[in-house]
Amino acid sequence: MQPLIRVRDLVKIYRLGEVEVHALRGISLSIDKGEFVAIMGASGSGKSTFMNILGFLDRPTSGEYLLEGRSGEHLTRDELAEIRNQKIGFVFQGFNLLARTSGLENIELPLIYGQIPSRKRKEIAQKALTAVGLEGRGHHQPSQLSGGEQQRVAIARALVNQPSILLADEPTGNLDSKTSAEIMAIFQRLNREMNITIIMITHEPDIASFARRKILFRDGKVVDDRNSGL
Amino acid sequence: MMTTLVASLRIALRALMVNKMRSALTMLGIIIGVGAVIAMIAVGSGAKKRIADQIASMGSNILIVLSGSATSGGIRWGAGTVPTLTVEDAKAILTEIQGVKYVAPNLTGIAQLVFGNQNWSTIVYGSTPEIVDIRDWFLSSGRNFTQQDIDGATKVCLLGKTVVENLFGGMDPIGQVIRIKKVPFIVIGVLAPKGQSAWGQDQDDLVFVPLTTAQKRLFGMQFPGMVRTITVQAREPDVMKTVEEQIIELLRQRHRIQPGQDNDFSVRNLTEVMSSAEQSAKVMSLLLGAIASISLIVGGIGIMNIMLVSVTERTREIGIRMAVGAKGRDILFQFLIESLVLSLIGGTLGIGIGVAGTLILSTFTQWPTLFSIKAILLAFLFAGSVGVFFGFYPARKASLLNPIEALRYE
Repeated sequence: MQPLIRVRDLVKIYRLGEVEVHALRGISLSIDKGEFVAIMGASGSGKSTFMNILGFLDRPTSGEYLLEGRSGEHLTRDELAEIRNQKIGFVFQGFNLLARTSGLENIELPLIYGQIPSRKRKEIAQKALTAVGLEGRGHHQPSQLSGGEQQRVAIARALVNQPSILLADEPTGNLDSKTSAEIMAIFQRLNREMNITIIMITHEPDIASFARRKILFRDGKVVDDRNSGL
Repeated sequence: MMTTLVASLRIALRALMVNKMRSALTMLGIIIGVGAVIAMIAVGSGAKKRIADQIASMGSNILIVLSGSATSGGIRWGAGTVPTLTVEDAKAILTEIQGVKYVAPNLTGIAQLVFGNQNWSTIVYGSTPEIVDIRDWFLSSGRNFTQQDIDGATKVCLLGKTVVENLFGGMDPIGQVIRIKKVPFIVIGVLAPKGQSAWGQDQDDLVFVPLTTAQKRLFGMQFPGMVRTITVQAREPDVMKTVEEQIIELLRQRHRIQPGQDNDFSVRNLTEVMSSAEQSAKVMSLLLGAIASISLIVGGIGIMNIMLVSVTERTREIGIRMAVGAKGRDILFQFLIESLVLSLIGGTLGIGIGVAGTLILSTFTQWPTLFSIKAILLAFLFAGSVGVFFGFYPARKASLLNPIEALRYE
């Protein structure tokens, strides 16, 4: 069974003015479908860079990244956008919802770019809203929702196109401990019941322990990679 | 694609409503620009039409032979010029030049008319009955004078509408006796109104009398048998140049003017004068439109400015959209629609303002104005193009943003 994600000797160097920054110095790993992975490491360890490449927001300088056996190497900007739309779901620390737009419309956003017609969109978005427990509150705008509720909307948006992977960057960073636990419970449920592959960046060990596998980054390399036997 | 268009319009409108004040101010440039273009074109078209009507109403293929040399510009039928033309000259022109349809010799002067206790000073044309046909006059009541009136130098007259109003008020003038230069005349007809000429002259402020009566009783006593002008109508527009040349040759012969000597008359092609006036009006109209268009361009620059600011403010939003799958052209389209909506709403309001402004202008200044649907549609399209053209650069900038950096933007 081919791994969902296969990464081999991934290198990312970018220029910051005159300085060359080696963000990734050769990452090799694979992730199977249905895994729940936490990526940990200090700032500058390369974990965010790695996530950006996994999410096709960025290209590696060298090395190989295969999602479902296919590489994004020769794809155009537009084609990468299409992959993001179809295969990737993002959840951000700051929620990144569109202001002055209802929760439901936020959830519909990937469907709009996926050329899904209007009525179908509303149907799918409604279902996603229910799946994260916010049924009936879809007309509220982000300013009228709590942090936890906004993150739920963001999760619903991330799942609405049925992506291959859910990438979460410090998803509980702006939430209190109780709400964080609720969000992590949603992640676990999605992972267990719907077999959704989740890759999550976090610097908090408590949050990381919700995942079954922990990968530790340091200075652009993987220094630890273990399953917790959950 | 249709659903996306409607959805895009809604999204664009919503984005513009976020800052209503800003959107309104941005639109102001377009509103003023379109309004100005509409108003200027209406004024220009009105002037052109008035001149065209003038040409039509003056009778066609008209040449005027004037006494005196050509140094006085324009068409001056001044009472001060010494008449050097005769009725025989007029007859000769009619008989000897082929392309001539009618001639009407005129002796003209300014005289005081009196009726009861009303008086009015106006131009009196002594002419032949043909003048009515040549100059496309119609009678609204009464009759024209006839050859018998010419032969008998009867004291009859035709009055223009303005004269009638000023001397008779609402009363019917037919059959009444008025005094012209203290000589009693019977009113036998009233001329149908023609309105103002292209340069503001009241065409209804005039009186026609038989030429012979004018010569004997009113103006011709100093220079017996002479006329001041001869109105000639050519058969067709094509022969007018030839006729003009032949008239000059004929009159030089008759007046025994030596080679090298100036003519003691001049010939004017009325239609040519009017055509050049029409040309000027056309040029003026274009010029006005061009100047007004400049304000539209300025409005477009305003749109570009504001869209650039908007793109910067919404950098994060653009990043989010790209992250969930928006392609470059989706972002481009989104912002382009916004500028288009701005310019089209501004264009519509501008049309309203332009039409209203023109109506107000024409009420207060009595300038002729003419609206054309074509011009209004054109201005609307122009506004739209301005929106697309000036909105393109900011939209393109937005579409080229790097999603990672955009997401990091504070």
